[in-house]
Amino acid sequence: MVLRSWRPMNQLAQLRREMDRLIAGWVPDGLEWPWTGMLRSQPAVNVWETPESIFVELEVPGLKSDQLDISVVGDQLSVKIERPEPTEQDVTYHRRERPVGSFLRVVQLPAEVDANRVEAELQHGVLTIQLPKAEAAKPRKIQVTSTS
Amino acid sequence: MASESTITKTPAEESTQAEHTRSGFYYRPNVDIIEHPEELVVLADVPGASPDGIDVNFEDGMLTIHAKVPPRHEDVEFLVGEYGVGDFWRTFHVAETVDAGKISAEYADGVLTLHMPKAEAAKPRKIAVKA
Repeated sequence: MVLRSWRPMNQLAQLRREMDRLIAGWVPDGLEWPWTGMLRSQPAVNVWETPESIFVELEVPGLKSDQLDISVVGDQLSVKIERPEPTEQDVTYHRRERPVGSFLRVVQLPAEVDANRVEAELQHGVLTIQLPKAEAAKPRKIQVTSTS
Repeated sequence: MASESTITKTPAEESTQAEHTRSGFYYRPNVDIIEHPEELVVLADVPGASPDGIDVNFEDGMLTIHAKVPPRHEDVEFLVGEYGVGDFWRTFHVAETVDAGKISAEYADGVLTLHMPKAEAAKPRKIAVKA
């Protein structure tokens, strides 16, 4: 059994994804789902953990490492993304779906981490941040001594 | 609520022309399609795709983009799982007359860029008006 804190926003996000999937099935090709612009305000994250570390992954296609600002304060990870607006002249956009502008995503981490050993890797537009857990937060095997 | 929302990945539309041989979930990449006087430029976000797993096909005015994305986390239980990982697939009808032989593609940082030069007949021409 897994005991986990209840995260209402997670469940909301899950619900919305399901809705998006349903609605995407109805909307004819070429028509934009009218709320797409609203949904485009923050990059999505996946978070998982191993006994040693917490991993946070974001899909940030087209991003260079200097447009990225990652910081850890306590058990909060902030990822700031800066994508400049294209400045091309004399062109017509037929589709414009890729996000531009600046985005900030704050992730509440499930355990204390060692901020000095955080590592981030950007490969093929996928950002993976490895946050080693602080010593106190690592799982420990408890020895049971029998007295009888 | 807008500030709480996240960028979502859209499932690929059901393809009516053909079935995929590989089962699994396909995502629809976000694209920008930009028309320049001389060419059409297509930018498609396909994060996680490996450069040799990208297939671009242009046939009968249909442009198909298929980017294979190798699975990144198997046997992982997500604490937060806001997006799935899978191949990207999208098809377009290209109305402009494109010189199919001169289409070029490059891939960097998870973004596929296609340059589709217009055929000579479709390029804009400036007509001089004589006084």
